[in-house]
Amino acid sequence: MATDQFQSPDYYLMDELLSEEHKLVRDTTRNWVKKEVSPIIEDYAQKAEFPKQLVKGLAEVGAFGPYIPTEYGGAGLDQISYGLMMQEIERGDSGVRSTCSVQSSLVMYPIYAYGNEEQRMRFLPKLASGEFLGSFGLTEPNFGSNPGGMITHFKDMGDHYLLNGAKMWISNAPFCDVAVVWAKSEEGRIHGLIVERGMEGFTTPETHNKWSLRASATGELVFDNVKVPKENLLPNKSGLGAPLGCLDSARYGIAWGAIGAAMDCYDTALRYSKERIQFDRPIGGFQLQQKKLAEMITEITKAQLLTFRLGQLKNEGRASTAQISMAKRNNVDMALTICRDARQMLGGMGITGEYPIMRHMMNLESVVTYEGTHDIHLLITGMDVTGLNAFK
Amino acid sequence: MKILVCISHVPDTTSKIQFTSDGKSLDTTGIQFVINPYDEFALTRALWFKEKEGGSVTVVNVGKANTEPTLRKALAIGADDAIRIDAEPTDGFAVASELISLIATEKYDLVIMGRESIDYNGTQVPGMVAALLDWPFVNACVGMEVEGGVATCIREIDGGKETVKASLPMIVAGQKGLVEEKDLRIPNMRGIMTARTKPLKVIPSISNEVATEAIKFERPAGKQACKMVSSDDVKALVDLLHNEAKAI
Repeated sequence: MATDQFQSPDYYLMDELLSEEHKLVRDTTRNWVKKEVSPIIEDYAQKAEFPKQLVKGLAEVGAFGPYIPTEYGGAGLDQISYGLMMQEIERGDSGVRSTCSVQSSLVMYPIYAYGNEEQRMRFLPKLASGEFLGSFGLTEPNFGSNPGGMITHFKDMGDHYLLNGAKMWISNAPFCDVAVVWAKSEEGRIHGLIVERGMEGFTTPETHNKWSLRASATGELVFDNVKVPKENLLPNKSGLGAPLGCLDSARYGIAWGAIGAAMDCYDTALRYSKERIQFDRPIGGFQLQQKKLAEMITEITKAQLLTFRLGQLKNEGRASTAQISMAKRNNVDMALTICRDARQMLGGMGITGEYPIMRHMMNLESVVTYEGTHDIHLLITGMDVTGLNAFK
Repeated sequence: MKILVCISHVPDTTSKIQFTSDGKSLDTTGIQFVINPYDEFALTRALWFKEKEGGSVTVVNVGKANTEPTLRKALAIGADDAIRIDAEPTDGFAVASELISLIATEKYDLVIMGRESIDYNGTQVPGMVAALLDWPFVNACVGMEVEGGVATCIREIDGGKETVKASLPMIVAGQKGLVEEKDLRIPNMRGIMTARTKPLKVIPSISNEVATEAIKFERPAGKQACKMVSSDDVKALVDLLHNEAKAI
């Protein structure tokens, strides 16, 4: 792939709202992505292979648990810093960002928020350093948008729990060292369990032939009479609200991440439109191309403002699930539309791996579905404004 | 070893350079500033010295408050503390004059900086500092080691390399080769967090000496349209070269 020439659009001078530290976090991550991700990512996506060598660098730069306190190996940064990191990493590739989201928000966060001190000390530093990679098991083959109906369950055997069931569409599953798994107790209450690689009866078959997130590994978590030690149950929160709390954190990161993918496509299309000559002039001079570019930058700017404000609310502990849903839904949809328009502007070139657009577009087809589908987030907003539940 | 690294705060190399309407200064609107790349080589080499032999690395910048993010970045990369000398860096002599009193008072063993800054490319500060302090000076340094208070430095000269020895304390003006581009460090999030609490001291300007003053900046004239001459019309070509381009 050619040199990464990315120039970040900042139409409303959003940088002035960021602190110097935020900018340093963002620029550091951006430089890291330019150096480590951009040169190799297209090849890995084409080969449908996860670039495992990035794990060490992601850990070193601090992308695993940026907002987890330093005593547990995190960086202790605020939520806007976390968002900016996700934006920059997804600007490189949604698959790499997904790995970070899962590690930070779906594995480290529940262990930090719902685990005891012993669990935190045992797992968090190793997850932060990349020595352990984690996965998160909530979705099941027959329970996606309706996770409360899950079948995976565990039985109290006195000195251990016996876990049975299967989880599907799990990022990082094929090579995870630990999995935070949500399962029902005999009383039907949902609890989080930390399942470790090597436990008998625990397997992680890989999902093949994906057209999306090809540089990220996806698989299943299968539990066949797995004996889970009692000290691996997350003691401090149970019920569906526990896994949904993790999703709030991950969806928040996705809302930022999608802006990264959109910015990359816009920037690529803008540069191309000034260089590509048709009818003896740059195509950027034609009205239909300008319409696309003008709408792209408008939508990116709106998303930036939305997400920045959400970050402020998140820092103050005031961001609601419904507010996060709105940002995830809006931004991912915005990014998909921009990818498609940018792809059209590049004509045939937009189809090839010479440019990142088609990769982003295909990645976002997963992003618009995982962590709450586009439609489900709409219903969350609908329920929030009407007070009426349209789910069931 | 007590090391001082002088850091210049310069526009990123991809910036579009514009000047203010009076043409007297750089228009900084929308410009992203970075650590001068030559100084970054110096900083990385200084950190290697510290990691191998112990000691401390202080970074200094002569500038106003707007340069502090650049110093914070140097702290996030690994410097121990930072100093900002609160003065407008009007020219090389002004910067050198500000630096010498700090260097003399703090008794650094080694002062490393880039051989030039990529904004105004004056290439003056290192030599002036050395001359004003009467310290040994190695310019365009592409490699150095220190043993027993003596530095062995390699410098690039026309068509080759020269190896020189000098006793500390000394001034080194470095460039690529001192460390390679791949050795440059990107700060990590922990470094950024730690940088929050590392000391950044502001000291007042001690010198008001200005030797030169910028009167006007201009951008290079845009490229002229290319004139095509038919291959069999040599007379027209000669005529254009003689009368218009005045090249013959």
